[in-house]
Amino acid sequence: MSALIDGLTWLLLLGGGFFVVAGGAGLLRMPDFFTRLHPAGLVDTLGAVLIILGLVLQAGFTQVSAKLVLVLVLLFLTGPTATHAVSNAALVSGLMPWTKRKDND
Amino acid sequence: MLIERRSLLFAVHRSENAKRTGGDLVRAISLYAALYGVWLLLSGFFSPFFLGIAAVCCALVVYIALRMDVIDQEGHPVQISWRLIPYLPWLAWQIVRANLDVTRRVFSRDLDIDPVLRWVPASQRTDLGTVIYANSITLTPGTVSTDVEPGRIRVHALSGDAMAELETGEMNARVRDVEG
Repeated sequence: MSALIDGLTWLLLLGGGFFVVAGGAGLLRMPDFFTRLHPAGLVDTLGAVLIILGLVLQAGFTQVSAKLVLVLVLLFLTGPTATHAVSNAALVSGLMPWTKRKDND
Repeated sequence: MLIERRSLLFAVHRSENAKRTGGDLVRAISLYAALYGVWLLLSGFFSPFFLGIAAVCCALVVYIALRMDVIDQEGHPVQISWRLIPYLPWLAWQIVRANLDVTRRVFSRDLDIDPVLRWVPASQRTDLGTVIYANSITLTPGTVSTDVEPGRIRVHALSGDAMAELETGEMNARVRDVEG
């Protein structure tokens, strides 16, 4: 039973780690500020969820798990708010988004 | 221009407060219960001394919140709590799908992106509903809400596909249902 839980934890942590790395890679590959916000979203949605679920499995049905879930709720409320704040600030201060150059215009 | 828009939002907020209909006591009691629950969850001590401190602290917070007049449909939105339950699993599924889509684009050889910036309609009745919609858009990787005005949200999308999916209006309609 504990081997099963350990295995599931490994899967979840590795999956979360994968999305964090994907977010980092995207951050480096994207061309401008606005497009870089999108891969950052990978880190604080699936990346955070999978890692915290993995930790919850290790903690079991305890107070620690409840606190971990509260951390997740906090992330889901504050993450988008911060993203909106910085993107709005960029737009208001006049930064124009990068667009793909079309061949026909 | 920015200041004008802020004052407009504030005016909307005020008028919504003004037409508030009763239920304040229910809201205050439910806020007290929620605070007490969080206290128990975070402290883990159940001796009478700590339970007493919790009762006093929560009462103080509810009193201050009542005096500040923030226990309303926005500050403590109990009215949406039940209708939020069917929405969250759907949102979670959208987030998973969007994650896989953005991950594929990040690792594709020629960086398969075509960013667009466009207004999408937001047909929620209340500010709270619009905020839930805007937050859901940002929470879904591939779309970020960059500006909010009454009735519409300016969205930056990583690809035309992500924008097209948002423009079908399904998320908009579901958030409107959450409001009731």
